[in-house]
Amino acid sequence: MRASEAVETDSRVVCTTCYMCACRCGIRVHLDHGRPRFIDGNRAHPVNRGVVCAKGSAGIMHHESPARLRAPLKRVGDRGRDALVEISWEEALDIATRWLAEVRATDPKKLAFFTGRDQSQALTGFWAAQFGTPNYAAHGGFCSVNMAAAGMYTLGGSFWEFGEPDLEHARLFLMFGVAEDHDSNPLKLGLAAMKARGGRIVAINPVRTGYAAIADEWLPIRPGTDGLLVLALVHELLRGGRIDAPYLAECTDAGWLVVEAPGTAGDGLYARDPAGRPLCRDRRTGALLPADDPSAAPALRGTVTLPNGWRARPVFEILAERFLDPGFGPEAAEGPTGIPAATIRALAAELARAAFEAPPFLAEPWTDWRGRRHAGVEGRPVSIHAMRGISAHANGFQTCRAIHLLQLLLGAIDRPGAFRFKAPCPRPVPPGPLPCGKPGQVAPGRPMPGMPLGYPTGPEDLLVEPDGRPCRIDKAFSWEAPLAAHGLLHSVIGNAWRGDPYPIEVLFLYMANMAWNSAMATSETIAMLTDRDPATGGYRIPKIIYSDAFWSETVAYADLVLPDTTYLERWDALSLLDRPIGKADALCDSIRQPVLAPDRDVRPFQDVLIELGHRLGLPAFTREDGSPRYPGGYADYLVNHERAPGIGPLAGWRGADGTAVGKGPPNPRQLEAYVANGCFFEHRFPPGRRYMKPVNRDYLELAVELGMLSRAEPIFARLYCEPLQRFRLAARGHGALQPPEALRARIERYFDPLPFWYPSPELEADPEGAFPLAAVTQRPAAMYHSWGSHNAWLRQILGENRLCIARTTARALGIEDGDPVRVTSRHGSIRAIARLVEGVEPGTVWTWNAIGKRAGAWGLPAEAPEATRGFLLNHLIDERAPAGTDGGRLANADPITGQAAWYDLRVRVEQVAPGEPALAEPRLAPLPRPPGLPDPPPVLTWGAVFRGARR
Amino acid sequence: MTALPDPAPGRRLGLVIDLDTCVGCQACVVACKEWNGGGPAGPLGDLEPWGAAPSGAWLNRVHGFEVGEGEAGRTVYFPRSCLHCENALCVTVCPTGASYKRAEDGIVLVDESKCMGCGLCAWACPYGARELDRPSGVMKKCTLCVDRIGDERLPAAEREPACVATCPARARHFGDLADPDSAVSRLVAERGGVELLAELGYRPTNRYLPPRPGRRLAASAERLEDAPAEGGFLGWLDRLLGG
Amino acid sequence: MRPAASLLLFTTLSGAGYGLLAVWALLGLAGVLPPEPLAGAVGLVPAILLIGGGLLASTFHLARPDRAWRAFSQWRTSWLSREAVAAVATFAPALVLAFGWLLGGRVPPLAAFLSAAGAGLTVLCTGQIYATLVPVPRWHQPLTTPVFLAMALASGATLAVLLTAALGSGTSAAGLTALVALPLAWGLKLLWWRSGDRAPPRATAAAAIGLAGETPARLVEPAHSAGSWLLEETGFRVARRHAARLRRLALSFGLGLPWPLLALGLLAGGRWTLLLALPAVLAKALALAIERWLFFAEARHMVGLWYGEAAV
Repeated sequence: MRASEAVETDSRVVCTTCYMCACRCGIRVHLDHGRPRFIDGNRAHPVNRGVVCAKGSAGIMHHESPARLRAPLKRVGDRGRDALVEISWEEALDIATRWLAEVRATDPKKLAFFTGRDQSQALTGFWAAQFGTPNYAAHGGFCSVNMAAAGMYTLGGSFWEFGEPDLEHARLFLMFGVAEDHDSNPLKLGLAAMKARGGRIVAINPVRTGYAAIADEWLPIRPGTDGLLVLALVHELLRGGRIDAPYLAECTDAGWLVVEAPGTAGDGLYARDPAGRPLCRDRRTGALLPADDPSAAPALRGTVTLPNGWRARPVFEILAERFLDPGFGPEAAEGPTGIPAATIRALAAELARAAFEAPPFLAEPWTDWRGRRHAGVEGRPVSIHAMRGISAHANGFQTCRAIHLLQLLLGAIDRPGAFRFKAPCPRPVPPGPLPCGKPGQVAPGRPMPGMPLGYPTGPEDLLVEPDGRPCRIDKAFSWEAPLAAHGLLHSVIGNAWRGDPYPIEVLFLYMANMAWNSAMATSETIAMLTDRDPATGGYRIPKIIYSDAFWSETVAYADLVLPDTTYLERWDALSLLDRPIGKADALCDSIRQPVLAPDRDVRPFQDVLIELGHRLGLPAFTREDGSPRYPGGYADYLVNHERAPGIGPLAGWRGADGTAVGKGPPNPRQLEAYVANGCFFEHRFPPGRRYMKPVNRDYLELAVELGMLSRAEPIFARLYCEPLQRFRLAARGHGALQPPEALRARIERYFDPLPFWYPSPELEADPEGAFPLAAVTQRPAAMYHSWGSHNAWLRQILGENRLCIARTTARALGIEDGDPVRVTSRHGSIRAIARLVEGVEPGTVWTWNAIGKRAGAWGLPAEAPEATRGFLLNHLIDERAPAGTDGGRLANADPITGQAAWYDLRVRVEQVAPGEPALAEPRLAPLPRPPGLPDPPPVLTWGAVFRGARR
Repeated sequence: MTALPDPAPGRRLGLVIDLDTCVGCQACVVACKEWNGGGPAGPLGDLEPWGAAPSGAWLNRVHGFEVGEGEAGRTVYFPRSCLHCENALCVTVCPTGASYKRAEDGIVLVDESKCMGCGLCAWACPYGARELDRPSGVMKKCTLCVDRIGDERLPAAEREPACVATCPARARHFGDLADPDSAVSRLVAERGGVELLAELGYRPTNRYLPPRPGRRLAASAERLEDAPAEGGFLGWLDRLLGG
Repeated sequence: MRPAASLLLFTTLSGAGYGLLAVWALLGLAGVLPPEPLAGAVGLVPAILLIGGGLLASTFHLARPDRAWRAFSQWRTSWLSREAVAAVATFAPALVLAFGWLLGGRVPPLAAFLSAAGAGLTVLCTGQIYATLVPVPRWHQPLTTPVFLAMALASGATLAVLLTAALGSGTSAAGLTALVALPLAWGLKLLWWRSGDRAPPRATAAAAIGLAGETPARLVEPAHSAGSWLLEETGFRVARRHAARLRRLALSFGLGLPWPLLALGLLAGGRWTLLLALPAVLAKALALAIERWLFFAEARHMVGLWYGEAAV
């Protein structure tokens, strides 16, 4: 299908989906004389209901940016120098095919395919699996995998992508580490609704901006200590007995028995019957029953002796014992968090009150998994949301688990006023699949038997060689990062350069600005891209293919550049198979359609990938006769691809007649149906199937019908994360698969199946306090990572950033507002310009992320404020953890998921030497401009054409 | 004519901006730039938009402030655009008659065909509502989206300024402040809407709703009572489920 | 406020020009100056040139000078419009006066009177443009227009001393006028400065965001990092120390130097009047330029409250 031709007299409104960030609001593009004249929100769209943010409204300038790449490029000189020439698509595809075919025929692992802020991961991951390489991920490992994984291993859903707070009914809303985004407009709408109703909003964040600014209460917590605060709340609720015991007994593993047999291979695992079902003790009969037996009424306490003589106790008793210990009380939390114990106690009391005092009752009958009919759902109007402020720490997984624990104790899951799952969640805990990439699964010329990413449940699921070495280039799913559900994008270049675990041949990046803000230790990363092996004279990373729509800092380092379209020029799917836009009350997905035809020699990346898939003969993209399976490109794939029988990328209007939902044969006119409906599909769940989904029988059956679940079985939330215990047992010497000696202590310490809190390795490595301040970033509401600086409008709002320091802290250092300051970490030193504020916790400094740019990139001149006064904190972050804490040099990451721990950064801030200019540093040499890019005009009178046309 | 309408307009169309919910996201700023840039009041020129010292004409701005100190401190975002004053000095100082206030609804506008770009209206406005569009040499300001609010081709619900339609935090409201029963007037009455810099005498039409006072936990000495202690820890656990 | 060259030139040149026109017309009316062509030309030609030059400079302040003709239409409400009308209208009696004096050998009394009145009215309108601007507290005070008038008179009279000395008649009357007008103008200026320095702020940043009771209010997130015309117009700053130095300089060159020079010249008589009037005129011109530059540079606009000013 081709883009609708925009005719000279074309004035119409075209719906599509925004892509100025990951929120994916529905937008209307108003065309006037064939050009975009206005972008506003689609009022019917379930995500944003007609609103758009600054970025969405600036989409026109994104699309009309002079920094758009205009043709495929090939490197003819040295990387990073003025060495790119324009080539044809035929030549570009030829080169790419040759390079990739060679790798596929010899060792597919030598292709590392990483896709940044990609929203077509169901395609790109599938393509990687078809190619046969396990070395694939998007940016989640850098961004927020801790939060996502903690949710999937606890609830079967997580904050942001797979769940939402019910702010229409909440009385109390806690936000942990949430900046002005994620999920952007729905959260803003929800906050406004809460305010109008008199609900209370508490922001727990070291920084007070955006949502925290309008909160009723701001708790200025020290970065990385939220887990302590949360567990102190848990302690208080347990102490006061203010928990939802019936919910815990019926909907979680609270009553499941955990073996206590130290020294054995079963210690700390669920007690199971011979069929493998976890056991509980029925509190009425005392009998041992499988916990998922509909007649069981699990006891939350009581030691049991199992048939084999081992002792076992319910999860709840173990966790209550742990968290009732004063070591988890408010007094213990006060010091590290900076939040007074009295405040913590009062917050706990408020949680209890809001959750349990006269809770609302929604008289919407429903049937639970046991077949019991309920007259309605009792609300639990306490909502919690958490994002990268929790995630980007080495303790993020356990911290997020602690938050879920808090929610579960309150019973505040999937009820009115609480966190609610968004389709396709809830999924089983954890959901499939298992990651693919084991030694037997990777072979030349063959697809892998499954997808590269997944959710391991034990050592047997790891992607490791027999000697325990990682199979993947980023070491995801190895003993260094077992539950690395989103991979470790940030480790790829360093590991490839070091050849550890092995060197690669082709680095294929899409939308990943690795030579700048999507890396830590930016300068070092850039150096690695240009470093040559003295023995061969070739680059240590031999071939780099890079695809993006714009001239980012990374383009100059590529060997082959495949220019992408903008989001207004292509088809896309916001699919249930990867990053859905679901709602709690509805299954939703959406598409993007081409609004405009490209005016330059660019192609949608997904089309290119599918074409390459065919040229490489990948089975899913090639018919038996050798012809392409999807000759119509991505649009063809979206309609006709079936991941499983009847299940394709898009859930709406399936079947020959277009009436099937979720599951059904492909409908050749499916995209037309989407277009006719504003580019989205919304299937509202009928009454009785909207709440308590994990244990709601009617919902579970509906979910199977719609293809979201394969079996209509109840999903019990896991207070106890048994997979972690399996890894721990291996570290203790049990089982055939065990970690390397150097990692045993680390796994023993961190892989606690119950949440706990620990200080970051950065803190532990600095006992003298040489780096006394925490340094974090936030994403501003009007910029999205590095995407906004070529946007003529957005860069006028935020063209430079400042290091924000608490006024008292700054004064003590002799620093005044506007002063240049030196910021030093154990890894490096930069210069920034200070701003003194009240709204930051005194031990923290912060800045907006990704505002600083490299001179010459994005079409900006060397003297642009982004390059002279804007700065990048990433330069200070070592991609590897401090030496010596756990032996060897491990990634600066969460030990469980591999999440990049960039908010653990510690710095000291000082006045600069006299005479130093008030400019940012380092200033890397300006990047050369790729060929074919126009000089940006010195004056922009955008809109004049519409006036002229009107006259 | 740059005389103020006499008698005063019967309708007073304007904006009510809620400082309690504005999160400073700049959505209204860009929506305004976009709508008006491409509209009859456009273009809104930008100089060096991709250069080292960009500068542009914008009709709506959002500033971030910190107010108060210590426990009472807060961060407040303040959207600023023309307040369509009743006593609009920007209208009376205009020498060419380009600046005028509509008799039917009080909206203050610029007749671009008459403006000579002297900038005096900008000097006369304490709220900084006026900008010079340098490429065209005429003064521009918030038009209250006159081309939207009166456009019969738009569905009734969409006949509101672009900034109001787009605000994700529902912090902007549009209506007739001369009508005590209008939604905006009732909002002002309920929330104590503030007339900005009233002592200057401009009689602005727009109103700002002040941030609601936060209810701070630190002020509360609340704490949960211990659960009953008989039977110890296990007795407590037992009681939780009541058998 | 940005001291725009166009406005500096306009107000100083035209101000001096109107002052000279008024003084010369009145000297002619009073019969102090002879009704001979040279007598008329020596004063009126420079006056008209100064006025014309100033008005021409003022058009460079306009972004759309092609619409300048419309500026005559709103005199009912706008001081700028009134100034335009008065400025142009004054040309009528001035030209009649010039023609009569230079070509007709007489000083038409009505034209002379109206020229002087028109000059005064025009300068008054100029002053009122600034004096009525509420958002600029330093301008929005009762002394602003009197200072404009007095400065125009003082500049014009000083110039008149030089020109009458060159002419050889009317020097005493011109000199007396200058010796009275100079201290009057600079005295008013001093009072104007002090009044501006001491005036309490009209508003604080907290009031500017509707939260008058909650101080302090500090800008922490600028609305934009890029520039704008408004910011360039209103964001100009001069350091207080620097301004104080310039004030002293203006006072010295505007009064401290010219007054004794003129007085001495008048007392000594003869060619001393001319010789000492020349540096007096130059000094006064420099002082005027500094004073006018400071008039803009020291003035703050209330929009600054949203751009980092704690109070204006």
